[in-house]
Amino acid sequence: MNTVEKFAGAKFVGQPIERLEDLRFLRGRGQYVDDLARSGMLHAAILRSSVAHGRIRSIDVADARKVRGVHTVITAADLGEPLPRVPMRLQPMPEFEAFGQPVMARDKVRYVGEALAVVLADSAAVAEDALAAIAVDIEPLPAICNWQSAARNETLLFENNGTNVAMTFRAARGDAAAAFKEAAYTRREIFSTQRHFALPMEPRGLLAEWDAACGKLTVSGAAKVLFANRRFLAKQMGLAEDAIDMVEYDVGGGFGARGEFYPEDFLIPFAARFADRPVKWTEDRREHLMTMNHAREAACDIEIACARDGTVLALRGHAFVDMGAYMRTNGAVGARNIAQFMSGPYRVPNIDIDVALLLTNKTPVGTYRGPGRFETDFFRERLFDMAARELRIDPIEFRRRNLVGEAEMPYAVATIAPFESKDALDSGDYQTTLDRCLAEFGWAEKQKLGGRCIDGRYHGCAAGCFIEGGAAGPKESARLVLESDGTLTIYMGSSGVGQGLETAFAQIAADAMEMPLARINRVLHGSTSYVSDGYGSYHSRSIVMGGSALLDAAAKLKQAMRAQAARRLNCGADEVMLADECAAAPDGKSVSWAELAGEPIAAEGAFLNHKHTWAYGAHAAHVAVDPRTGAVALLDYVAVENCGRMINPLTLKGQLVGALVQGLGGAFLEHLVYDDNGQLLVGSLADYLIPTASDFPVIRGYVMESHPSPINPLGAKGAGEGGIIAAGGVIANAVADALSSLGVEPRDLPLSPERVWQLIKDAPSVE
Amino acid sequence: MSIKFEVNGKPVSVEVEPRLTLADCLRHHLRLTGTHVGCEHGVCGSCTVLVDGAAVRSCLLLAVQAEGAKVVTVEGLSRDEGLTPLQASFRKHHALQCGFCTPGMITTAHALLSEEPDCDADRVREVLSGNLCRCTGYISIVEAVLDARAAYKGGGNGA
Repeated sequence: MNTVEKFAGAKFVGQPIERLEDLRFLRGRGQYVDDLARSGMLHAAILRSSVAHGRIRSIDVADARKVRGVHTVITAADLGEPLPRVPMRLQPMPEFEAFGQPVMARDKVRYVGEALAVVLADSAAVAEDALAAIAVDIEPLPAICNWQSAARNETLLFENNGTNVAMTFRAARGDAAAAFKEAAYTRREIFSTQRHFALPMEPRGLLAEWDAACGKLTVSGAAKVLFANRRFLAKQMGLAEDAIDMVEYDVGGGFGARGEFYPEDFLIPFAARFADRPVKWTEDRREHLMTMNHAREAACDIEIACARDGTVLALRGHAFVDMGAYMRTNGAVGARNIAQFMSGPYRVPNIDIDVALLLTNKTPVGTYRGPGRFETDFFRERLFDMAARELRIDPIEFRRRNLVGEAEMPYAVATIAPFESKDALDSGDYQTTLDRCLAEFGWAEKQKLGGRCIDGRYHGCAAGCFIEGGAAGPKESARLVLESDGTLTIYMGSSGVGQGLETAFAQIAADAMEMPLARINRVLHGSTSYVSDGYGSYHSRSIVMGGSALLDAAAKLKQAMRAQAARRLNCGADEVMLADECAAAPDGKSVSWAELAGEPIAAEGAFLNHKHTWAYGAHAAHVAVDPRTGAVALLDYVAVENCGRMINPLTLKGQLVGALVQGLGGAFLEHLVYDDNGQLLVGSLADYLIPTASDFPVIRGYVMESHPSPINPLGAKGAGEGGIIAAGGVIANAVADALSSLGVEPRDLPLSPERVWQLIKDAPSVE
Repeated sequence: MSIKFEVNGKPVSVEVEPRLTLADCLRHHLRLTGTHVGCEHGVCGSCTVLVDGAAVRSCLLLAVQAEGAKVVTVEGLSRDEGLTPLQASFRKHHALQCGFCTPGMITTAHALLSEEPDCDADRVREVLSGNLCRCTGYISIVEAVLDARAAYKGGGNGA
């Protein structure tokens, strides 16, 4: 099943098939978790800490209980011993346990937004009213609001741990110290990226139902990693895994953040069992801003060593990630990626980079699309352009000289320790995506504008290259059922987060079964009852892992169909031909698939994999900077990505462009700002700015396929994140190019008008 | 309070608290869950419905303010079978991914094209800039709306 074979006979795979999902979404027939209602349902509202760091003296819920329509109020005292903690799903290292988050604060609060109590009431409005009747007394402690003060360890979030540093990862390759000693050129710089996050349009929500008679729990509104979350929840609630059904409905965007195990993923199911009533909770946008995983707040002090001709010899230095108040679920991934993938698609023979994970009194972090990669690509691409400029080498030529070559694959990147994670770039010709990007962009002409002031605005261009990791293992499952009417039903262990899985899986299955797309009955995903074991959607893994599992299930289903047909047609199973929805014997007798499946025929398949795919590409941007206001206009942006094999170019391009515009939000607009007391200063979408339809009107995305991945039978590479990864670095380099005559070098994101204006004002040389 | 208004061509009568928003009334009292609530403060546009022909944010309107009005939701802009030209254009251009902002985009675009079937790309961007989408990057949405203009020209109502 893991044999690498070219996926032959593709009729639907590779075609821009219009999405099956759209038919319900466009008519208002999608069903998201807040659309659900149950008889006898209670509504939950959660009291959250308004203090960033403090000791809880008392929480008095007596008055809240008396509010008309309130059913009950739950505090940490009701949750029993030991107080359950939010689990670590990825990199579950023992060192992180001491920094884990209790599902509700009991002794201390460590960030604004931490849960203190849950009110259950007849309506959401009454539940929210009752929150105001809870009296909370918290003794404030000094708040740690940035990684620098965390590093001083003067105030500790966890006194017993003796430090605010949860972990230091180190990425190593070759001998960086020796390379620096002999290098003709070195440059050291400090960069930073700001705290921002995924912000899907659908707020989080859950509906939990407890069936006391059967001891069964159903949790609707699950997403991303249903089976893993069921495993955690079962343990916390003292239930068998099969006593819990996690059900995903339509999901209004994930981007890495939705579907991770949050405190509410315990609190709401617990409340349903506690009250013995269905309980629904839907967060409001302010809650979302202070409770959903934050991301991206990182800094680095990094040094590059080059030969005179621009050949990169080594990278070394230190990175620092602001983790927020707790280590939870996948919080370590971004930090790990900053260190391990700073080299990106480039040949960097010697690497020594450590990254410290520092706790602060802010919302805990988790992955956001391209975790760590957006940050580290900004650091690297900026450093590359600064080095190239100083060495008087064309920035494109500098990159070409250092891109990993096709013949060097598989190319080992730095190894990370502890956790000893090795990785290698799988396949591809990185020069070709750069060629395509520059050609589509019109680089030869546009680059001449670099640094020129036209009609009062400075023009600048930049281009950069990226890689995108995908296809995390260890496994994915798929089940196919040939129904008695001859149609096919697909059950997947993957999860939908709005990316169009149903269409892509239908395309793969139709080709694998050599049947019309219209005969795919339904594509069902997002329930722990559909397949025996599922792993979900993260790390751009669904198409590669789920799609490959589908191929395995299709092969097994065909085998079962042949065996069934052989009995009907009196021939050997291996003699049966399956074509045109008929099974035929060598003597010409045949039976239709519908007749064959008098009883539905089912087969379950799986795909096991421990290697990663590496989609790759290049971005180029043309900006114009108004020196009077600091406003940066994006005049053109081209993004190119090669994903080995395209399943659906329409949805692939949708991922590329959508991710890119998110990345532009991170480059220009989005910022979760805290004050010195740990108060989050953005409380609405009027403060937290994401891109709108008029912000970036010229975006051109191009998707390519070649050099199929050797590690899966589809040859596909995960490609949901590439658009976002390069955006920060390319934009900052374009602004630097525009303002080169002023000597402006952006070192921090976001490039808000205020920041750019200040950079110009502080510029060392004015023309 | 008891209120009466028209939703998608049908008269409705609902008993509501004065503080109930029109969005919550549509979603939870009338079970028209195609209208989505993304921010509850009038910024994201997911809850956009048509009130007497104008695109409005149903999270910023109280249900009682709809007394006597003609309200149209995304369900009312849809056919039982198949897609309208505007919806088909969204599908063709892959102008939606997760689908959460989509009903607000459809209602907003319908109101725009009904009033200004000759609008240009800048006008489409300007009007849609009040509706947030986190998935698509908007390029495909603008293309879809421009491509659907033909169905609204010459007095056409997009049907």
